[in-house]
Amino acid sequence: MIALALPAQNSGDFTPPGINEMHLPAILPWGAEYGFSKQMLLVLLSVVIISAFFMLAARKRQLVPGKLQFAGEAAYGFVRNGIAKDIIGGKDFIKYVPLLFSLFFFILVNNIYGAIPLFQLPTFSHVGGAYVLAGIVYFTWIVIGLKKNGIRYLKLATVPSGVPLYILPIVVPIEIISNFVVRPVTHSLRLFATMLAGHLIVMIAGYGIEFLISQENIFLQGTSILVLAGAIAMYMLEALIMVLQAYVFTLLTAIYIEGALNADSH
Amino acid sequence: MNQLIISAATEGEKVNPLVPDLWEMLVVAVGFALLMFIVVKFVVPMFEKTFAERSEAIEGGIAKAEKAQAEASAALEEYKQQLTDARAEANRIREEARGEGAQILAELKEKAGAEAARITAQAHAQIDSERQAAVVSLRAEVGTLATTLAGRIVGEALNDDERSARVVDRFLADLENQNAGAGK
Repeated sequence: MIALALPAQNSGDFTPPGINEMHLPAILPWGAEYGFSKQMLLVLLSVVIISAFFMLAARKRQLVPGKLQFAGEAAYGFVRNGIAKDIIGGKDFIKYVPLLFSLFFFILVNNIYGAIPLFQLPTFSHVGGAYVLAGIVYFTWIVIGLKKNGIRYLKLATVPSGVPLYILPIVVPIEIISNFVVRPVTHSLRLFATMLAGHLIVMIAGYGIEFLISQENIFLQGTSILVLAGAIAMYMLEALIMVLQAYVFTLLTAIYIEGALNADSH
Repeated sequence: MNQLIISAATEGEKVNPLVPDLWEMLVVAVGFALLMFIVVKFVVPMFEKTFAERSEAIEGGIAKAEKAQAEASAALEEYKQQLTDARAEANRIREEARGEGAQILAELKEKAGAEAARITAQAHAQIDSERQAAVVSLRAEVGTLATTLAGRIVGEALNDDERSARVVDRFLADLENQNAGAGK
């Protein structure tokens, strides 16, 4: 919203080749303008939305669920059975359900903001939140691995079994880098980058439409319809990616935890 | 820092998107911790309890159905057993009746045979006695007739009854002897 207000100020500077460079300053809501930004409000709001929905859905605890309870159970069962049980499995997958459940719906709601008018801002288009969540997951699976396998876990996680001795000097550094350094970075940046890119694309389309309409040539104005059509298509794609990224983030968390639990067999 | 970013943005300089805002990180961390707390404390236990209750109810229903099934098959078994028993009983009774019938028939046959034999024997005896009587009366009559005839033929010579009876007896005795000899 703030971004849309900007071009009005600088409308004199709008020239066709300039649009590509304009999108960076358009990320003005970057960082907290007033100390407490829209971003922060949205994060806290998501906590309220998720808690309220699932508390209401789970409260009645009927054997034959009503509509709301059924929706809540389907959503909970999706994470519980579709992610936690399928990936982690075993007897105590239930221990990790709360983390996976919270992650999935926290990210989902915060992403979906980007597709809802007025909110129109996926929280994780700012990198801070993604770092926090990826960091939580990073420490979680390392602690799980150490608890389960003891200090031996560091060896299990970095020295793959069945590799000839002379290749180990190459493999071990690669494993260390990929598991302990790159993994949390990709985990967080994947979420952040897709949200940022999606947000930018929709924003650029908005700028483009505004610029084209402000032209004097009627034909150039007409082309804004094409941009609008493209923007709607991109909006749909972004909505899909928002859901998908929440799923991917949670799925990877489950895979990391499973890898830490069964480090012996990997 | 915020001031710095805003001024950087308005000046058109590049903001590094990979540098996070610490306050935002803090808010996300606190928000997520809050959510985790609510989920761990309330949401997951409530859903898990519902799931457990539901599966228990379903398993209880299954157990009940299995019990009913077992009862039904036990009753069926019992009925089959009773049916078999009844069949065996009927067979036994039928066999018994058949045996009894045969026995009665045999008894009747025996009785009838005995009766027939008795009647036959009686008839024989009657016939014998009648024959005897006939023989006796014939003997008397034939004697008289023969004597009369012979008296008529030889004249009144044989009027003496006593003598004539003696003659007749002798004659008949001879005759009987001849008969007996021929008969044998």
